[in-house]
Amino acid sequence: MSRRVGVIRFPGTNCEFDTVDAINELGGEAKVVWHGDSDLGDVDAIVIPGGFAHGDYLRCGAIARFSPIMDAVSTFARNGGPVLGICNGFQVLTEAGLLPGALQKNAGLKFLCRMEQIQFASTANVVGLGASVGDLLNIPINHFEGNYVCAKETLKQLEEENRIVFRYTDNPNGSIGDIAGISNKRGNVVGMMPHPERATSMLLGSNDGSSLLQSLLSTERAPSTNENVASTHDERI
Amino acid sequence: MRFEVKIEVLPREGIANPEGSTIERTLPALGFETAGDVRVGKVIRLQVEADSTDTARAIVEDMCDRFLCNPVIEDAIVEVLTA
Repeated sequence: MSRRVGVIRFPGTNCEFDTVDAINELGGEAKVVWHGDSDLGDVDAIVIPGGFAHGDYLRCGAIARFSPIMDAVSTFARNGGPVLGICNGFQVLTEAGLLPGALQKNAGLKFLCRMEQIQFASTANVVGLGASVGDLLNIPINHFEGNYVCAKETLKQLEEENRIVFRYTDNPNGSIGDIAGISNKRGNVVGMMPHPERATSMLLGSNDGSSLLQSLLSTERAPSTNENVASTHDERI
Repeated sequence: MRFEVKIEVLPREGIANPEGSTIERTLPALGFETAGDVRVGKVIRLQVEADSTDTARAIVEDMCDRFLCNPVIEDAIVEVLTA
């Protein structure tokens, strides 16, 4: 049972406390981990929350991979530890080479902040425990660069390997294949643009994010293998 | 020698460039009917210490591959300006 969750905080991160509160409400023990630290401490799962890591300078998430903590996050991920990147956290995971593809500006050139309906396309990952393919969730998005893009071969690979976790039912940002979230091959690393931590109470308009975070808390660490040990750029192209 | 280098980072062919297409749609309003293929990118200028123009270029291209440019969505055009 994953209970202790490290929530990574970069300069410019702004969703860390919402994430900590949401996890603690669900019975987890979340703590904020500073990006300048090189040790994650004793954690069972990691969340890279939303915001503007390092001011989104150069490209969203591009500088974050140089933060000292990211070596530990990469090692944790490659050893099968559950990692969830939300919004800017998703961008950080792609730039760090832990997930393929990139997030470009929304097709409509508008910052979008609203509730979206997404659908589970795969549950073979750390947020899918107890869910079924086809399940519909209402979870808000809050982004300008959420338009997922990848090479055609990568898209084919994601589909064949069952790594598309969520699709939008009404694509808001132009993402290829209506993709709202993907996982790595083993399913222990998930990146998603919608914010589950903001959908954890009916007071917020939806409680559908709770089950995703609960799944992260409950998932066992994937078996440690050498599979998928990619250097920084291997996953990106 | 110290070289001044200009790096142009542009969205790759086939990657949506909403800023470019918005500008393209607007140009005819000023009578510029003949403009097309508008793409907005960014320019990075830097100086680099190297033995030759070729070495300077190679160093900067490596920077682009590994950091300055995301090959999924961007292309980089490297221009070594002056020694």
